[in-house]
Amino acid sequence: MNRMINEQELHSDRAPGVGKWLRGGDPLIWLNGAAVSVSVIAVVGLLLLLAVRGLSHFWPADVLAVSVSYQGQTRELLGEVVEQVEVPGAQLREAGFELQGPGPFYQRTLMKQGNRDFLGTDFTWLIDEQFGPRRYPLDVLVVERLEWGNFYGYLRAVSRFGEDPVTVAEHGEAATLEAMQALIVDTVAVREEIHEIEQGEIGAINYELERLRLRERGLELEGRLDAAAQADLASKRAEQEASFRALQEQLYTLYDSIKDHSYSAELADGRVVTLPIAKVVRAYQPNAMNVFAKMAMYVERLWEFLSEPPREANTEGGVFPAMFGTVLMVILMSIIVTPFGVVAAVYLREYASQGFVTRTIRVAVNNLAGVPSIVYGVFGLGFFVYFVGGELDQLFFPASLPRPTFGTPGLMWASLTLALLTLPVVIVATEEGLARIPSTVREGSLALGATRAETLWRVVLPMASPAMMTGLILAVARAAGEVAPLMLVGVVKLAPTLPLDGNYPYLHLDQKFMHLGFHIYDVGFQSPNVEAARPLVYATALLLVLIIALLNLAAVSLRNRLRERYKSLEH
Amino acid sequence: MQTHALDIQALKRDQAPSEGPAGPAETSLRMENLNLFYNQNSQALFDINLEIPRQRVTAFIGPSGCGKSSLLRCINRMNDLVDGCRVQGRLLLDNEDVYDRRVDVAALRRRVGMVFQKPNPFPKSIYENVAYGLRIQGINKKRVLDEVVEKSLRAAALWDEVKDRLHESALGMSGGQQQRLVIARTIAVEPEVLLLDEPASALDPISTLKIEELIYELKSRYTIVIVTHNMQQAARVSDMTAFMYMGKLIEYDDTDTLFTNPEQKQTEDYITGRYG
Repeated sequence: MNRMINEQELHSDRAPGVGKWLRGGDPLIWLNGAAVSVSVIAVVGLLLLLAVRGLSHFWPADVLAVSVSYQGQTRELLGEVVEQVEVPGAQLREAGFELQGPGPFYQRTLMKQGNRDFLGTDFTWLIDEQFGPRRYPLDVLVVERLEWGNFYGYLRAVSRFGEDPVTVAEHGEAATLEAMQALIVDTVAVREEIHEIEQGEIGAINYELERLRLRERGLELEGRLDAAAQADLASKRAEQEASFRALQEQLYTLYDSIKDHSYSAELADGRVVTLPIAKVVRAYQPNAMNVFAKMAMYVERLWEFLSEPPREANTEGGVFPAMFGTVLMVILMSIIVTPFGVVAAVYLREYASQGFVTRTIRVAVNNLAGVPSIVYGVFGLGFFVYFVGGELDQLFFPASLPRPTFGTPGLMWASLTLALLTLPVVIVATEEGLARIPSTVREGSLALGATRAETLWRVVLPMASPAMMTGLILAVARAAGEVAPLMLVGVVKLAPTLPLDGNYPYLHLDQKFMHLGFHIYDVGFQSPNVEAARPLVYATALLLVLIIALLNLAAVSLRNRLRERYKSLEH
Repeated sequence: MQTHALDIQALKRDQAPSEGPAGPAETSLRMENLNLFYNQNSQALFDINLEIPRQRVTAFIGPSGCGKSSLLRCINRMNDLVDGCRVQGRLLLDNEDVYDRRVDVAALRRRVGMVFQKPNPFPKSIYENVAYGLRIQGINKKRVLDEVVEKSLRAAALWDEVKDRLHESALGMSGGQQQRLVIARTIAVEPEVLLLDEPASALDPISTLKIEELIYELKSRYTIVIVTHNMQQAARVSDMTAFMYMGKLIEYDDTDTLFTNPEQKQTEDYITGRYG
């Protein structure tokens, strides 16, 4: 009886239906689940978008041949279909197009017709109803070139300098293409040799000449430039100049050996043009290739993207220097920020008395993490580049003044600026790690006769190392994606050389460098050829995300190993 | 205050510990009018006068907060770590004042080892835990370390259990093993005095028993001071017992005498469980 009353009371207490459901906690679980789902979908969606848009660019697409008739005129077109959209007829009519079809909507196609040197533009929007029958002729040739973008046409003849041309009419299609491929292979080899000489050997000579000039200027500034020194410098200079002239001769010969190879091809409109082989990167017939051949080509082009420097104002070629610059800068930044952050955190947590001043400093450090990154850029430019760099130049590089050495944006200042930007993260994470170490472990060490410093070095810091790694992971994640401050302190659109090379001192901290984040901005928004650059924006963005993820994974796995080793005592 | 202080002459006459090593016990530690302040207003110890005999086990008992741990931590100057902590009076180890300004605290702590309430092994291998004290003294010769590690682990009755996994993490051991490891680590630096701060309070009964047996083994070589909550434990392992209450030393005597025939009413009340 008693129990029944109690039950009734219980039931009357609870609202039936919705109220009960709300109180049961189910909605909260659903809400949390939904939030997580939205986050996951957003991330996966972003990556998918980047992957689809970026990676499809490297696929050798079929080339469409079509005749386009408009207002009684007909022209032949060759090109890749890039994009198709539905557009309302009213919009087209307003833009001045005459439309035949009935529908309210019309299909528009963006064609990449290439041949910028002959047609003016390499991308064109067309209305599908103007198309004649679509054909995919097997013998369409696509030529990737160093200049003027892609070429689309029909191969007619190939001529190696000094030999009779191989023509399609005479020797057949296959033989001509084969001759062309052979010629391209030879030319590419020569071009690589030229590049080697220009970048490597002549670069080294220029570097040496510059050093001689600096030495002369240095001696002059010190007032020790006497006749003997001058003679010595002159003889060394003559030596370098002699080898420079020899190399230049060699270069001229190499240039001459490839400059007159050529190929002739027929454009879609029937014109036959003759073009130099020396400017060809690769040539292929996509319509005649099977899936495996296309896959091989895909991998080749993807590899080119990863391993080659950019061409044509960054709209073609690869992003290797940008990738290299990003990774190098992040590594330098990590090397700088970790010791600084750890030392600062150790002082704040272990040595400083926990009074008002320490609290203020801690609040200030936390607030630094919220300062917009461009502010750090301005600070880096004003303090590091102009002030510190200018002073360094006065002290150590007076010979090269007025041309600045460190008094100009460069790799070191960019790394330092980012180190400053990420310092709060490392300090906060390390401090938290230090605070979590049980005091009993410290006391155990002290009770064995260790000093505070020994305890810190042998017990506390190793145990706090996973926390330091956490700080570093957050720092890397933030630094690798940062662009705004870098634009002020060292990143450029195109750096002719990598900051790491074979000339002493190998790592050139004073050099400007390329960065993937800035590359995205430059290709996407500063490019002269937006349509050609767009897929590269996606591909570069995907690459940047992957690199940051990779750097993070490396740091996370390192941290997990440390954690396993120094896992906290169960206190 | 003097009323609660110990009559040292009386103590010396009575001293005839049944389980101690042969010969009369000399004094290892002497406290003279020791006062401890945690800050201006809070005094933790009041005029402690105490003589702790060499190579005997001396137990400090008393209710929570009575200052027995504070007193223990005065001996190896662990209280120095507490901000605002101040000591008055003298604390002599072999007739040297440990609070003298010329004393090197690290050297003192090597002479006065300490084992804490909770096992606190370092997150290192068993071997490195024991070798730690030697390494900070700059001893890195493998032969020496190997020898000391084995000797210390044997002394702590742990060698047979861990000899095959010396290079595994110490954190994988049981609580009792960890506590014996900490004892091994402490005796590896060959201290003269061993301070045990409730060494068995976090352990199960079997581990506790092992620790108590170990204390019995070790007292032939070390002066041992143990703080304990557990009166049975104090009765079992110690030769001398000090009862403390509210930061004052109430009674100090031979363990048998103190437990069977206490002079002070407070002591009797405590050991019979009337308060505490």
